[in-house]
Amino acid sequence: MSLLNVENLTLQFDTDEGRITAVDNVSFSLERGEVMGLVGESGSGKSVTAKSLMKLNAGNGHYSPKSKITLHLDDGAVDVMALKSPREMQVVRGGAISMIFQEPMASFAPAMTIGKQMVEQLLIHSDMSKAQAKELSVEMLDRVGISDASTRFNQYAFEMSGGMRQRAMIAMALSTKPKLLIADEPTTALDVTIQAQVIDLMKDLVDEFHMGIIFITHDLGVVAQTADKVAVMYLGRMIEQGPVRDVIRHPQHPYTQGLLDALPKLDDLDAPLTPVAGDIPSPLERPSGCVFHTRCPKVVGDVCKTDIPHWVDTGENHRTACHLCDAKGEAA
Amino acid sequence: MSDPLLITTKNLCVEFKIGSGIFNKSVLKAVDGISIDIPKGSFFGVVGESGSGKTTLGRALLKAVPIARGDASYDDGEARYDLTTLAGPDLKDYRKRAQLIFQDPYAALSPRMTVRDIIAEPLEVMGLTKTRDETDARVREIAEKCRLNLEHLRRFPHAFSGGQRQRISIARALVSGPQFIVADESVAALDVSIQADVLNLLKSIQRDMGLTFMFISHDLSVVAHTCDHVAVMYLGRIVESAPTRQLFDNPRHPYTKALFSAIPSLDPDDRGKAQKLEGEIPSPTNQPPGCKFHTRCPFATDICKREEPPLDTCEEGHAVSCHHWQELSAKEPA
Repeated sequence: MSLLNVENLTLQFDTDEGRITAVDNVSFSLERGEVMGLVGESGSGKSVTAKSLMKLNAGNGHYSPKSKITLHLDDGAVDVMALKSPREMQVVRGGAISMIFQEPMASFAPAMTIGKQMVEQLLIHSDMSKAQAKELSVEMLDRVGISDASTRFNQYAFEMSGGMRQRAMIAMALSTKPKLLIADEPTTALDVTIQAQVIDLMKDLVDEFHMGIIFITHDLGVVAQTADKVAVMYLGRMIEQGPVRDVIRHPQHPYTQGLLDALPKLDDLDAPLTPVAGDIPSPLERPSGCVFHTRCPKVVGDVCKTDIPHWVDTGENHRTACHLCDAKGEAA
Repeated sequence: MSDPLLITTKNLCVEFKIGSGIFNKSVLKAVDGISIDIPKGSFFGVVGESGSGKTTLGRALLKAVPIARGDASYDDGEARYDLTTLAGPDLKDYRKRAQLIFQDPYAALSPRMTVRDIIAEPLEVMGLTKTRDETDARVREIAEKCRLNLEHLRRFPHAFSGGQRQRISIARALVSGPQFIVADESVAALDVSIQADVLNLLKSIQRDMGLTFMFISHDLSVVAHTCDHVAVMYLGRIVESAPTRQLFDNPRHPYTKALFSAIPSLDPDDRGKAQKLEGEIPSPTNQPPGCKFHTRCPFATDICKREEPPLDTCEEGHAVSCHHWQELSAKEPA
């Protein structure tokens, strides 16, 4: 049984300018020990989707009644949508699910030592004593490669470098032994050399703790290096998902192809950079039909403007929502 | 290189005093003895991790931070300035000729000014145009060059996406007709899909207007695609400097090699092949003696801990600062 099942997740926000759809009918699943890369531009809804798994989104958000998020834990299934009070929510928030945020400086409380923050969450989520919690925290700091962990335990976030803070963040997220880890652009703010270290560390930890990871990033290189499968989002919709090798080598959706072409490649310096034409539309002006048709270089016809494309199988476990694939399928 | 040089520096140093009180004073060497030549009309890249001093170098060349020691000069054929002593009306004139494009297009634009006012501000401040019509004409001309929709000039920045905002920042930097532009991590905050668009725009502007760019970035793959010449910085010093192709085909310094191999490969079967660099860049207040890279270098020997390596020329235009570059390149299979 999958660790996580998300079905028809739809989330809208009420804003001053009107109701916007941030996540539109998204479905996916994740197994234990599996790493899923969630890819898309800013504004594609990838962070909002991930936060929905813990119902962490702002109060003006409305989930559609059809949205269903099920987490299969050792002691039974949890229906996340049914959790109401903050107390109930603790089962998932910091319990079964941990999250690593993009900006490690902003995610630690500045006036509390790292150690105190690590111990605090362990006291809430487990029945450890303070001494045990401290021992485990120091051990975790050591495990993620922070030297002199017992000294670091008593330091504040500002006393650490960016890479070290992100390691501490990972140590903190993993010390509660979550079943699912959400990593929201965990390496984007880091230098490449430190990014490489953090990616390595995360790979080791998946092997060791055997949890599921949702890795949110806009860097397809990072996805290629970490993920087992990829899901690509655009304007709140999932448009392609499949095994990482297949999606990166044989991208089917024009948007995924565009993202890959836009990456500067080191093996061919003369190749011109090809951006995805145009800008991502404002969520207030969501295009009809296929949301990507305003920027798509391969529009098949009016159908792209009128009909929402449905999923087409484009390989083993590889699905694409594009009218182009539809047309191909019929021709074949 | 027969092109005349626009920017020349010799042994340029920038220092910051940190700490207060009598006993607690120390000096942070952000840029430590940098000599570079930037030919007119070139796209000069500076790469390095955070804390390598690349931003400070760019700011020093714009006279935005004081130069502690060394020489720096600017010569565009019309005007020649010694950047170390530049002041008064000359400095004002230099501000028209040298401009900066910032990293974060969300923070760089005032939310209370319309796009037209943002782009027009340098013209008004520097007194480059006399009438409002003249200003408007100039703003429209630049906006078109930066592929901004003229309809958008009346709007406020919040209505724009990251890529559009960066195009507005570029228009603002170009409006005073500069010769030299420092682009400091100008695409780092953008999505890949838009990054390529902004890079192409910068390149076409540079070609069409014959500008000289200093392109500061931590992303080697971006630098590879835009720059003619790349300097790699580490802790305030240049460790390697070469024409782009040469640097990428044949990197000599262990740090440059490590930077290359740290770029995540798009090939999922390439996992774990990268040569990983241990540790982090040391604090600039507490720099290691000898070669500054020796604390993280897998090839460091005793001499690296004692003596600072000179910047050797290994090929035409290709300089490297490492005690062991010769042995290291000999070891490598051809």
